[in-house]
Amino acid sequence: MNDMKKGLRDGIPICLGYFSVAFAFGIFCVNSGLTPLQATLISLTNVTSAGQLAAVPIMTHAGSLIELALAQLVINMRYALMSISISQKLDSTMTTPHRLIISFVNTDEVFAVASGRGSEEGSVGRRYMYGLIITPVIGWTMGTLVGAVAGNILPAAMSDALGIAIYGMFIAIIIPVAKKNLVVMKVILTAVLLSCLFAFVPGLNKVSSGFVIIICAVVSASIFAAIAPVEN
Amino acid sequence: MPYGEFFKYLAVMALVTYLIRMIPYVAFRRKITNKFISSFLYYIPYAVLGAMTFPAIFFSTASLIPAVCGCIVALILAWFEKGLLTVAVCASAAAFVFGLIF
Repeated sequence: MNDMKKGLRDGIPICLGYFSVAFAFGIFCVNSGLTPLQATLISLTNVTSAGQLAAVPIMTHAGSLIELALAQLVINMRYALMSISISQKLDSTMTTPHRLIISFVNTDEVFAVASGRGSEEGSVGRRYMYGLIITPVIGWTMGTLVGAVAGNILPAAMSDALGIAIYGMFIAIIIPVAKKNLVVMKVILTAVLLSCLFAFVPGLNKVSSGFVIIICAVVSASIFAAIAPVEN
Repeated sequence: MPYGEFFKYLAVMALVTYLIRMIPYVAFRRKITNKFISSFLYYIPYAVLGAMTFPAIFFSTASLIPAVCGCIVALILAWFEKGLLTVAVCASAAAFVFGLIF
């Protein structure tokens, strides 16, 4: 199987997960007063769930452009970490023009899958990346459109259940590695513990979700990078 | 909302999001040799995904019990190294079935 096909194969679960999450986003947009076309354009040009979800109320409540920019900066700052991390695994086929295009779709899931591939194969090339990113963008954009236009057709029990799909995918990415690498297991458990503190402890639960992810991830990864650095 | 206003917001959010992703992607070319930093970057994806998944997964469906059941199914299948799609679909199916019961 060539690299493009492997990328396409690995992108399909992301596409399906995105379709269902974007579907819910489309409904949310229309209920907030955006047109289906506007909802679809947001998804096509941003390809980020948390950032978009935060942006819609700012837009519809006539918030300032500065507020919007800051919200996106904080919520999406994690992508900068991911871009640095993945940059270490890209091979020589990833020249600047390709990086300019592929980075546009450096989402959590694309990053996670590409990292997994990079760890397995040693590096990631542009053919694999193009294969990987194409269906998630389509799924994210089309899911938003379909949700915005026909959101109320799907039975609630079904659209509710789809909400868990994306998290199931995250679990499928991290558990097999954690099983073989005890330090990775500890990294994950530490981040989860911190994340639960931010979710449930009064006061801490006021911190915005973008910040929470950055804090938990940076603290946990730093601790184990210091006490249990990766060999070679 | 009016399209004139909309496009201003759209341009700002799309540009900020793209720059955050693109600049580090294009700028970092050399392999980082510092042991702490390379270890940090190796661990970061797992920490990010762990923090994003828990506890959010428990609130990803209409009620708690279907979400917990879906989560357990996902953990078991992932432990046996099933593919991304299999795990995601089975977690959703479990949440759906238990959602009908509870």
